[in-house]
Amino acid sequence: MNGPIVDRRRLLAGSGALVVSFSLTGAFAEEQGAAAAPPAPKLPGSLEKSPYLDSWIRIDADGSITIFTGKAELGQGFKTAFQQIAAEQLDVPFASLKVVTADTKLTANEGYTAGSHSTQDSGTAIQYAAAQARALLIAEAAKRLDVAPESLHTENAAVIASDGRRLSYGELVAADFLHVEADADTKPKDPAIFKVMGQPIPRVDIPAKVTGGMAYVQDLRLPDMVHARVVRPPSYGAQLADVDAAAIEKLPGVVKVVRDGNFLAVVAKKEFKAMRALAAAAKWNETAKLPKQDDLLALLTTTLKSQDHAIFERSDPSVIGQKTIEATYTRPYQSHGSIGPSCAVAQFADGAMTVWTHTQGVYPDRAAIAEMLHVPPASVRLIHTEGSGCYGHNGADDAAADAALIARALPGAPVRVQWMREQEHGWEPYGPAMVTKLKASIGADGKIADWNFAVWSNTHSMRPGGAGCLLAAQHMEKPFAVPPAKPLPLPEGGGDRNAIPLYTFPNAHVMHHFLPDMPIRISAMRGLGAYHNVFSIESFMDELADLAGADPVEFRLKHLGDPRGRDVIEKAAEQFGWHSGQQAPQDRGYGFAFARYKNLAAYCAIASEVEVNRETGRARLVRAVAAVDSGQVVNPNGLTNQIEGAIMQSSSWTLYERVSFDEHRITSIDWQTYPILRFDAVPEKIEVHIINRPGKPFLGSGETGQGPAAASLANAIANATGKRLRDLPLTRKRIKDAIDA
Amino acid sequence: MMTLKVNGQEHQIDAEPDTPLLYVLRDDLKLNAAKYGCGLGQCGSCTVIVDGKAVLSCVTPVLLLEGKQVTTLEGLGTASAPAPIQRAFMEEQAAQCGYCIAGMMMRAQALLQRNAKPTDEQIRAELEPNLCRCGTHMRILRAVHRAAQLMDTAALAPAEQRRAQ
Amino acid sequence: MKKKSGIIGGVVVALLLGGAGVAFAIAWRPAIAAIETPKPQSFDPARVKRGRELAALGNCNDCHTVREGKNFAGGVPVPTPFGTIYSSNITPDAETGIGRWSEAAFLRAMRLGVDREGRHLYPTFPYDHFTNVSDDDDRALYAFLMTREAVHAPARDNQLSFPLNQRVVIAGWKFLFLHPGSYKVDPTKSAEWNRGAYLVEGLAHCGACHTPRNALGAERLNAIFAGGDVDHWRAYAINAQSPAPVPWNADALYAYLRDGVHPDHGTARGPMAEVVRNLSVVPARDVRAIATYMADVLGAPSAEQKERGEAALAQANSKSQSAPVATTVDSAGGTIYVAACASCHESSRPPPYGGINLALSTAVSGPDPRNLANIVLAGVPPVTGERSPIMPGFAESMSDTQVEALLTYLRARFSKQPAWIGLDNIVAEARRTQTVSLETPADARNASAASVERAKP
Repeated sequence: MNGPIVDRRRLLAGSGALVVSFSLTGAFAEEQGAAAAPPAPKLPGSLEKSPYLDSWIRIDADGSITIFTGKAELGQGFKTAFQQIAAEQLDVPFASLKVVTADTKLTANEGYTAGSHSTQDSGTAIQYAAAQARALLIAEAAKRLDVAPESLHTENAAVIASDGRRLSYGELVAADFLHVEADADTKPKDPAIFKVMGQPIPRVDIPAKVTGGMAYVQDLRLPDMVHARVVRPPSYGAQLADVDAAAIEKLPGVVKVVRDGNFLAVVAKKEFKAMRALAAAAKWNETAKLPKQDDLLALLTTTLKSQDHAIFERSDPSVIGQKTIEATYTRPYQSHGSIGPSCAVAQFADGAMTVWTHTQGVYPDRAAIAEMLHVPPASVRLIHTEGSGCYGHNGADDAAADAALIARALPGAPVRVQWMREQEHGWEPYGPAMVTKLKASIGADGKIADWNFAVWSNTHSMRPGGAGCLLAAQHMEKPFAVPPAKPLPLPEGGGDRNAIPLYTFPNAHVMHHFLPDMPIRISAMRGLGAYHNVFSIESFMDELADLAGADPVEFRLKHLGDPRGRDVIEKAAEQFGWHSGQQAPQDRGYGFAFARYKNLAAYCAIASEVEVNRETGRARLVRAVAAVDSGQVVNPNGLTNQIEGAIMQSSSWTLYERVSFDEHRITSIDWQTYPILRFDAVPEKIEVHIINRPGKPFLGSGETGQGPAAASLANAIANATGKRLRDLPLTRKRIKDAIDA
Repeated sequence: MMTLKVNGQEHQIDAEPDTPLLYVLRDDLKLNAAKYGCGLGQCGSCTVIVDGKAVLSCVTPVLLLEGKQVTTLEGLGTASAPAPIQRAFMEEQAAQCGYCIAGMMMRAQALLQRNAKPTDEQIRAELEPNLCRCGTHMRILRAVHRAAQLMDTAALAPAEQRRAQ
Repeated sequence: MKKKSGIIGGVVVALLLGGAGVAFAIAWRPAIAAIETPKPQSFDPARVKRGRELAALGNCNDCHTVREGKNFAGGVPVPTPFGTIYSSNITPDAETGIGRWSEAAFLRAMRLGVDREGRHLYPTFPYDHFTNVSDDDDRALYAFLMTREAVHAPARDNQLSFPLNQRVVIAGWKFLFLHPGSYKVDPTKSAEWNRGAYLVEGLAHCGACHTPRNALGAERLNAIFAGGDVDHWRAYAINAQSPAPVPWNADALYAYLRDGVHPDHGTARGPMAEVVRNLSVVPARDVRAIATYMADVLGAPSAEQKERGEAALAQANSKSQSAPVATTVDSAGGTIYVAACASCHESSRPPPYGGINLALSTAVSGPDPRNLANIVLAGVPPVTGERSPIMPGFAESMSDTQVEALLTYLRARFSKQPAWIGLDNIVAEARRTQTVSLETPADARNASAASVERAKP
């Protein structure tokens, strides 16, 4: 196992992520064995930070039970999964539970719903908290019934004695019953007797979504609510020179024009009309000078200054390589592309600001908004209300800030801010452009003797960051400066996420060239650096396998010791029908890829079959077969859904997507100019094979498929055409040019 | 003022005739299913059915709807009494974030109303205007096939249904 | 469509009566011996590459590849006034393609419209143009085609009635209308002009769509480039009678042909979309040559045309256009326009991603409203995975009456031309042909009304 070189200064600098990453040490250390010094016993998951059980569970005297999670439902099915976990551990009927998600007034602070941490952190906390709560209920019942606790069992929200006497949970609780700290020795239920966890329980949020029920923040309607639209500048840094707000305010239905420096918004009774009038009336002075979109390689590796960190070193001079190859891989800026543009509702009343928002982090966004408004954080409440899929840091946090700023100008009125499509595309913080350079050599034994990997990238998160990370705050009259970018510390990493290979190489050297300057607005996008790093590593593994004359799957197994990694590789290959010496039919190719997300979350291997039209260069995914190991599976249906989705989304990124810009502004501002995958590119089949590990810790799975899907596609295209493409996206034109060359 | 027939009911709408149907449905009639995704006719999240045909409500001014029947997802069924297509999507768990799903279902419903046994290719071609960013496409296809099955079985008389099982 | 079988039959009879021997000599062609399918490696790669460019110039894939089907395997239905002809398989398949054709056989097909076995080819294959292609270019095309993937795809039966389904009648047609031979250089013109003329009159066969045809389906030589019909679309006049509000010049033509869009003219749609897609990958100098030649064909704009162009640009650029559109429109058409069209067609975004200002649109100013009806009904679908314009179609949300109201409004507001007549029939017909192709099951790809198929991308 390749542990990173940890730079203490960087560790301390990334506070939010630090806490979260330490809480994983349990899972991480388990894999390390004796290699790492075991830390002092920590509480499982987010219990470490929020140890009181009543932060997670509330049992009322009438028997109703509420589960609290600081994480947000993003469409991954977590509400359902956590409900399953709690139902299982508490021994209560699934449908009897209520789950409350991220709300700064009601739930624990679990930072961001990000990094595939939710089940690992929140799910684990709920699992142990519920198990302990059950133990406490049994202990209380034992006291009252005057029997030994071991003679009691629980069923259907009641404790039952061997003689049949029964005490419901509601009868057992008293005030503050659960205001006890978590006990690290709590033993959760034996997976062998699971009834609910591990079952494909239907998601609790889907019925409303397929019948037009209230489901999203976009559906929120409060009495006397007004509609606001923000007029964003035409480019980064543009200054609002002139706007005839008075004239616009005279238009029928317009309630107010809000201007604060370069922040401009119109509030109207009805949604549709006022926006265009205001946009036309505003005059801007533009200053932005953006880099050349077609020369990101030079931008990243030469123009922008880098902070260079060696993050992995291993040396064995006795192993010498004979044949060497090198390659450079590039990734453009890519967009979250949320289907529903960001939206928020805010109300400022009696000195308190309430914001309904689909931010991934209600606590950090609250802190930033409070800072922006110069008010104490306690006077601001953020309630997570579902939006469309965000896949990371999209416009949600900004829309919340917009709504708060406008609501402050209209005390009492609920203000709804809806971003337009062009605004979501033009102003969201993108996934950063990246460059990787790889060089490796094969030894006489056909194995990799020497491995060199270097990655150039911005940070992959501009949060937490305070008000300076919010567009509204950056544009105000008294603006907040964008805070300096910092790299996310390893083992999670940002641009260097998954830069350290899971394979074992006798000589290896991994460099992270961190680029603090961000000419284009960026932040976290699903997978962070792992998408491109895994794309690079796994493409290069195929190039090396080719050099060694080896089958790609066998070649990977030759270098991988991790038994669970080997298992997913073998499973995917077997289910695909992969065998050494295989030959794809005319115009088709087979490709394989594997990664363990962050080298400590879920394992995923994907085998793909691709068809390439030699005349047009068009590549289409025919079928994909994935194997995934997420530790203890909570909801297999939800997990399958996430992996299928990751494959489809990553295919879209990999074959089509790049943010476009000219020297002044972003030009990919709608689905015409930023096309994504449609039904004509959907494969014939996607299979997901889950390797369940009952009793093992949960491993984050929401992002594990992105990197392997990309590399698997690229390898299949190389197999089909005989040409290796290394610059994302692998467009039709690039494939055609490669074939024609 | 104009009269709009939505889900079998007549409504008096106080909206300018050039207001896109989407805003009338959401803001005036408080219906949730049709969604704002782009307002440009590029993504399909706003799809509803007008006189049996799938229509992008974000680029359809209410003026065009005089005398026509508008059907939204709410008009097909409820959580307790779901229509075949709603049942199918629940059974297949065909949603991740779910934002695109209402539009998908309406377009699929319009297809099934005129072609009760669509092939996989026909379904894919039909759903081309609708975007899904989460990548739920495989499940959506399965759900539409399932809906066709459910509609077919529902149309059979009980005796035939038993024989079909 | 009316059948012309009686007239064709009459011509053949006249020929036979007039000169049986002559007729026989024309009608009968010998077979050329079949050869072993040549190995792809036997062709010079440079020649293959040249052939690829020429195939793009000739737009071969558009007629010879069914949408989403195997490249060059034929089977595309081409509706003609005489019935439907299906394109042939020109992959090097030995049994169903041209795999056993010698180079000489291929050259003869291009020059004289005769297949290897000596049968006449229907002039839907525009050999009246391809006859102008030089031997060298024909050899390059041969090399390209013979190095494609062989696809086993038997020919589909043409849907023609007697006597048109007897290939011998084509001999009569050729006698009247085919002038075999190669292009002759005009020494008074520049090399670039001549290159353009060679391409346009030859491989690019622009006149095949843009020239009106006579009753026997041949191009009318006294009305070259005066406009034609293809697949339920109007191919506008590209001579001095061009109906474009802003007159074309060589630069605009080049941009349009090369990039598929020009801000003063719009985007290439319908069957032209595939043409410009092909032209985007051929050498730029060839597109430049075509533009130079066609600019000459169009001629310098008259004073009236210039004035009209300036007025159109002024209307498009006027401030009142970009101001908020008032809702005090007193017509249904105007209201529809404001709600459904203006947000794209009066935005500050230029084509192709912003809709063209309709004052500049030939579809609105032209004599035939069919293209406008097609676009309003079907919209512009996206190209898979590539930046491309998207326009929603309104067939489902607008009745015929509403479409007519909209088109009438657009014509009145955005052109200086008289109102269209027969709009109701044209809209109904446009909807019928569009609906047929949309309702066609996807797996029966070879439907007769193929306008939407060819319109993609």
